[in-house]
Amino acid sequence: MNIKAEDMKLIGAITDLKEIPSGALNIRVDGKALIRNSSPNISVGPNDDGTGLRVEVKAGTKNETVHVPVIVTQAGFKDKVYNTFIINEDADVTIVAGCGIHNDSHADSGHDGIHTIVVKSGAHMKYVEKHYGEGSGQGKKILNPTTDITVENGGSAEMELIQIAGVDDTLRSTTARIHEHGSLKITERLMTHGEQNAESIIDVYLAGPESNAQILSRAVAKDKSRQVFRAALVGQDDAMGHLECDAIIMDQAQIQSVPQLVAEDARAVLTHEAAIGKIAGEQLIKLMSLGLSEEEAVNTIIEGFLK
Amino acid sequence: MLRLENVSMAVGDDGGELREIITDINLEFKPGKLYAITGPNGGGKTTIAKVIMGIYQHNNGRVILDDEDISQLTVSERAQKGIAYAFQQPPRFKGLTIPDMLSIASPGLDTAGVRKNLRDVGLCPEDYMDRDVGPGLSGGEMKRIEIAQVLARDARVSIFDEPEAGVDLWTIQRLIGLIIAKYQNSPKSTAVIITHNERVLPICDEIIVVNEGRIERQGSGAEIWPLIKDDIECKVKLQCRGEIGYEY
Repeated sequence: MNIKAEDMKLIGAITDLKEIPSGALNIRVDGKALIRNSSPNISVGPNDDGTGLRVEVKAGTKNETVHVPVIVTQAGFKDKVYNTFIINEDADVTIVAGCGIHNDSHADSGHDGIHTIVVKSGAHMKYVEKHYGEGSGQGKKILNPTTDITVENGGSAEMELIQIAGVDDTLRSTTARIHEHGSLKITERLMTHGEQNAESIIDVYLAGPESNAQILSRAVAKDKSRQVFRAALVGQDDAMGHLECDAIIMDQAQIQSVPQLVAEDARAVLTHEAAIGKIAGEQLIKLMSLGLSEEEAVNTIIEGFLK
Repeated sequence: MLRLENVSMAVGDDGGELREIITDINLEFKPGKLYAITGPNGGGKTTIAKVIMGIYQHNNGRVILDDEDISQLTVSERAQKGIAYAFQQPPRFKGLTIPDMLSIASPGLDTAGVRKNLRDVGLCPEDYMDRDVGPGLSGGEMKRIEIAQVLARDARVSIFDEPEAGVDLWTIQRLIGLIIAKYQNSPKSTAVIITHNERVLPICDEIIVVNEGRIERQGSGAEIWPLIKDDIECKVKLQCRGEIGYEY
C-alpha cells in the first residue's frame, strides 16, 4: 500500500518516522487502517466489536516496537477509536502512538483515541504519544485522548505524552492503577498558543504494596491560550508517589495547575511540587550575553524546558 | 580596545529620588592585559561590568569598543561584537544541558571541545555531559560552568564577576591560572576580573579600586597591591578566622 507524501510527512511529525517501518504496525488514516502488520511476537488486529485495534505482545518479547499512529486529513472528519494493548508477562516493548491532524477547512476535525493498556507481571512498556495539528483553515483541530492503564505485579510503564503544537482543543484523560511492586512514570509536555485550550486530567491509584509512580508535567502557554492541569496521586497501600507540575506562562495566557495528593493508607508517601512562572529576565539576559537575540533566547528556553 | 568615558548611572529610589550607583567612570582596557576591579561590596564593581555588557543602561557618558560608541546597543549586539560576561550568580535553566549552554556560547563546538572545556574548569566530563544547568547543580558547579562558557566564547573582552565566590580554594587557583594563561599577553583579547582574591590581584597588569561608585585608585599591580594588601588580607583572615595560611 502506498502512502501519500503529505500523509507520511504528518506521520513523521508525530513519530519521527521517515518511511513506513517494518515490524508490527497500524497506520490509521481518516478512520480506516491503511497499513496493518503483525510481527511474530506482536499481533495487531481488529478488536471484537470492530471499533478499533487489539494489540497483543507475546510473553517474553524483548526490545520490539509497535507503531500505531493516526492521522486525520479529511476536512471535518471526526474519528473515534477504541484500542486495547496487552503486554504479556516479562515482555519489553515500545508503543509509538500519536495523532496528527491536517485541516485547511472551516469545519472542525478531531480524533478521540480511547486506549486500554494492560502491562502484565514483570513486563515493561514504553508508550510515546505525540499530538500535532496543522493547516490554514478556521476549522479546529481537536484531540481528546483517554487512556486507562493497569500495571500488574512487578510491571513497569513509562509514558511520554506530548502535544507539540497546533491542537486547538484537547481534553486528555489518563487513569492508572499500579499493583504490587509495579511502577509508572508519566511525563507530559504540553505547549499551547493562539486561542487554544488544553485540559489534562491524570489520576494514578497506587493500589499495591511497594508500588510507585511519578508524574512530571511541563507546560508552556503562549498568546491567549488556556491550560488546566489536574493530577491526583492516590496512595492506597505502602506506596510512593511524586507529582511535579512546572509551567511557563507568557503573554495573556492562563494556567491552572491543581496537584492533588490523596493518602488512603498511613504507609503511603506522597509528595508534590508545582510552579507557574514567566521566563525570568535574568535567564533571557544570560542567553543574550552569549549572543542570542531576545527571540532566540525565548525559543531556546522553551525548547529546553519541553525537551 | 574598550573605553568608558565619563560613565554614570543613577537609579530612582522608593521616593523617586535619583541615586547615583556609579559616577564619572573613565577606564580604558587594552588587549593583552589582565585587569582587576576590586573594592568594597556595594561599591559599584558589578554595575560597571553590567553597564559594559549592556545589562544596565547608563545615564551619562559613552561606552566605546574599537572607536565605536556601543552605548545604545543591546546585550545581544554587544555579545556579537565580542563582549562576554561571566555572571556572579548565574541563572539556572530547566531542560538546558551543560553541553547545550557551551554550544550556545561557542556555536559549532564539538563533543571533544565540550569535554575539554569541562576538564579545564575542573569538572569530569563523564559526570556532566547529560546534566541540566538546573537546580541539581551546586553553586560551585554553576560557577565553573559559567566560567567555562565565557572561556569557550573566545571573546575580545571577557569580564569575570567574582569567579572565586562559591568555588573552593583548590579550584580557584586552577581557574585563575586558566584565565591568566588565556588572556595575559594575548594580542587580541583582554580580561577583566572583579575580585577580592589576594592571589589574583598582585598578578594583574592593572588594579582598579572602586568605592562608592567612583574610581578610588588605579594603577599597575605592583603599584596598587601594596596599598590595599593589608586591608584585603585583614578581611580574608577575619572571614576565615585565621585558619588558612596565605603563603605563595
